[in-house]
Amino acid sequence: MAYQPDRSQYPQPGSDGKLDIDLKSGKYLKLWQGPQHPGITGNMSVELTVCGDEVVEGITHVGYLHRGFEKLMERRTFIQCFPIVCRICVPEPDFNEYCYAAAVEELAGIEIPQQAKWIRALILEMGRINSYLMYVGGQAGSFGMGVIGQWTTYVRDLMLDRFEELTGARIYHMFILPGGVRDSLPEGFAQRMEGTLCEIEKTMQDVYDAMYCNAVYKKRSVGVGVIDLDLMDSYGVTGPNARAAGVAKDVRKDQPYLVYSELEFEAILGVDSDIYTRSDVRRRDLLQSVDLVRQILVKMPKEGSIMTKLPNVLHWKIPRGETYIRGECSRGEYGYYLVTDGSAYPRRVNVRGPSYTHAMSLLERMIVNLNIADVAGLMVSLHTYPPEIER
Amino acid sequence: MSIKDLFSPFTAWKYVLKDPVTIPDPLNDRPGSARYRGFHKNDNETCIGCGTCETICQNGAIDMLPVNEAETKEGDSGLRPRIDYGRCCWCALCVDVCMTGSLTMSNEYKWVESDPDAFRFTPGIDKKFWDNTELGYQRPDDHRLMAPERIAMGEMEAEDRINSFTEIVDGYSIEQAKLEADRCVSCGICIATCPTHMSIPDYIEAVRDGDYERGLKLLYETNPFSNVCGRVCTRKCEDSCASRHEGEPIAIRWLKRHIIDQVPFEKYREIIGESEPSTGKKIAIIGAGPAGLTTAFDLVRKGHDVTVYEAKAAAGGMTRYGIPEYRLPYDALDKDIELIVSLGVKIVYNTRIGADISMQKLQDDFDAVLLAIGLQEGRQTRIPQSEHEKVYRAVDLLDKITAGENFDLPHCAVVIGGGNVAMDIARSLARLQKQQYGQVDVIVTAMEEQQHFMADPDEIKESLEEGIVIRDQCGPQGCEIDQSGKLIGLKTWKVLSIFDKDHRFSPQYDDSDEVIHACDTVIEAIGQFSDTSLLGNKLTEQLEWDRGRIKIAYDGQTSVDWLWSAGDCVSGPDVVHAVADGHRVANSIHSYLTV
Repeated sequence: MAYQPDRSQYPQPGSDGKLDIDLKSGKYLKLWQGPQHPGITGNMSVELTVCGDEVVEGITHVGYLHRGFEKLMERRTFIQCFPIVCRICVPEPDFNEYCYAAAVEELAGIEIPQQAKWIRALILEMGRINSYLMYVGGQAGSFGMGVIGQWTTYVRDLMLDRFEELTGARIYHMFILPGGVRDSLPEGFAQRMEGTLCEIEKTMQDVYDAMYCNAVYKKRSVGVGVIDLDLMDSYGVTGPNARAAGVAKDVRKDQPYLVYSELEFEAILGVDSDIYTRSDVRRRDLLQSVDLVRQILVKMPKEGSIMTKLPNVLHWKIPRGETYIRGECSRGEYGYYLVTDGSAYPRRVNVRGPSYTHAMSLLERMIVNLNIADVAGLMVSLHTYPPEIER
Repeated sequence: MSIKDLFSPFTAWKYVLKDPVTIPDPLNDRPGSARYRGFHKNDNETCIGCGTCETICQNGAIDMLPVNEAETKEGDSGLRPRIDYGRCCWCALCVDVCMTGSLTMSNEYKWVESDPDAFRFTPGIDKKFWDNTELGYQRPDDHRLMAPERIAMGEMEAEDRINSFTEIVDGYSIEQAKLEADRCVSCGICIATCPTHMSIPDYIEAVRDGDYERGLKLLYETNPFSNVCGRVCTRKCEDSCASRHEGEPIAIRWLKRHIIDQVPFEKYREIIGESEPSTGKKIAIIGAGPAGLTTAFDLVRKGHDVTVYEAKAAAGGMTRYGIPEYRLPYDALDKDIELIVSLGVKIVYNTRIGADISMQKLQDDFDAVLLAIGLQEGRQTRIPQSEHEKVYRAVDLLDKITAGENFDLPHCAVVIGGGNVAMDIARSLARLQKQQYGQVDVIVTAMEEQQHFMADPDEIKESLEEGIVIRDQCGPQGCEIDQSGKLIGLKTWKVLSIFDKDHRFSPQYDDSDEVIHACDTVIEAIGQFSDTSLLGNKLTEQLEWDRGRIKIAYDGQTSVDWLWSAGDCVSGPDVVHAVADGHRVANSIHSYLTV
């Protein structure tokens, strides 16, 4: 039974379409959630107007984390952009590396070796697992189950160990670069990865018992934060947020890239589109990624070239052109729009992250009528990363 | 919701019984992985200070700075990268792009320091505790950002080229040149090495951009013998090229030639620009070789009146009378000379100073005189019986071949010497033999082992392909003459060593290993010297000398204030050194006349 608030006492829109909120009336209170707040997803904030403990209006504010990456890239050569793109999204940086590299390769007319495609897919799935593990901890924490976050942080760290031995770094891997990837898998990698995957599965079973089969969690998340089907297209909802409503959007299936057409998997779908369903879709997605990593490690060739011969990167000029490259990250469709003008620098880079739509306009719409205590839960359930909003 | 949902959460309690997963002592128990991108290491001996790491660093974290531990020398700028860890993002592009493989990373990632400036350091110079760490990021074998191989230059097959004096190499096509130019990292170490300091990275960039007129302008700023140097330069630049450390050097000489080949000669004058107004000063130059004509080129552009006296019938000096046509076609050389003449330089041919005009007259008629007479006389071995009429000097024969004079073409020749001149005469004779006798019979003997020959390795390779026989470690002991007085061979002993422990010339032979190289002609190609008899006794006495050569100051001025000397006769033999000399002397004469 979906939550139905009594709107009779709430402000009505004025002639200009804005809500008529008279703060002096004493009925309403302004409450800032963020930018420094444990209940906010990263560095953004929501300006809440509450009536009692119910939100009547929420205005999202971003800009606390603006680093101007898109502009910085216009003053860097194509190879120099490679180390900075990962910083656009801290918890899941690899999609930036992949989308940027693929965009450059497409405009420069470069085909990368098959082995590099497998390693890229492996990295992306590892990144998705990590991102989901972070999400699960956050979702549990936002409803008061702080210990779950400690469990998932541990297994996420194990995956970071795998990242470290493969890429040479834990967070900003800087491994997928235009032309291929930096290195092949280290000796015994598959075996150690299997150990990590088993640990993740075990932990996720514990999480399932403690969080997903938890009366308190269900009570607070079932029927709350429902995204109506008619919002899907108008708000550009993608990824698990859409799939939890039964909308089968998965770029890996819709427009397979890298080696996804050779992997066996189906888009994970839900029905109810509430916080609980979204978290469950993500849990199943995570386990699917675990399976995909296993598939990749079995199916990928044992050896092969990992890097295409590039022109001299110090003065690499790419012909005039534009392209949009997309991929399915843990939060939905991640895309890079790249324009080149024949010079050694990108003319324009535009990063289309799913957080921009989910965390700003969609959140403003959905936050109304929520209890203050559920705001954090809703925000986390949309799984958004503010760094990627502010490129 | 089910009844299970009430009890299931209590399963979390099992974690109470689990051991903690945290690492008790992470500072010691948690080393970075084998390919971890940790703190930088730099092998100071391998690093050449090319600065490519600085160029690629997108954070501006790297500065190239002079350090006491590295000296500036050929192929090493003497600079070393200093890294600012306040800016570095450990992307390792610097390691990937490093041209020598000297820059790597350790797997160390913990470094505590109270002084914030300490985090700006020069790896390899400032000693760090991770310097000897074995693990850490190194560029994987399959991951090269730079193409190691040069674009192959097309050339005639041996069986075709031996039939004529046609130029051997094809020259790059535009596509090939762009690909080759693309390999350059623009570090500029070559500029410092080039005797005349050509703007090599800039003209290579012009090739990449397809802007050949800009390229030509850059060439002529430093080298009016670009046609010549584009074909036969000794290319010191390529010996210091950063690309040679982990691959082949950029084909700088061929790229220079490519620019030359792309611009129509009619445009040269316009691109090079007009000369300055006349100064009314008159300068005489003796010798129309690269040094003399470079000086003439510079001085005439500065508005001086320049007259060049040349003993032979054509200009170019050794580049015309020494270097065979298959290496340097005359039309290429003619372009360089024609351009210089078109600027207003007067060349008086067939006029030998000392015989036709005296030095005294030059001194009287001109404000300054340059002696650029080159090394025209061939040295002799003075081995027994080498005064035989069938023993020639290589330079004399090369001169005859160029001038088209007749001489008795040997059926079987033995060349003494392992330098480029030896190869030039051997290959020229081989061509003539092929044309006249239908077969090649030339033997090159030299004292050195073949891998230590002074000649360019390409010359040796091509000579062998053309059917020339090379016999190394052969010390000439005398010419063999039969009873009728006919030269029948050259006697050599095996060379055990050439220099003594103080590096003085003191050859040791194994006289039991004697070989008679049968031949009808012996050609000596063991070096050249200058004939300075043109100076006359008075001037010779007036001048200061340094071991047989006229003593000059750095700028080429002799001890007599109106006389300068330049080129092979003071610094040779080498074209590009002569060009560099020419510029230096021109500057000196210009300041002498105008200040």
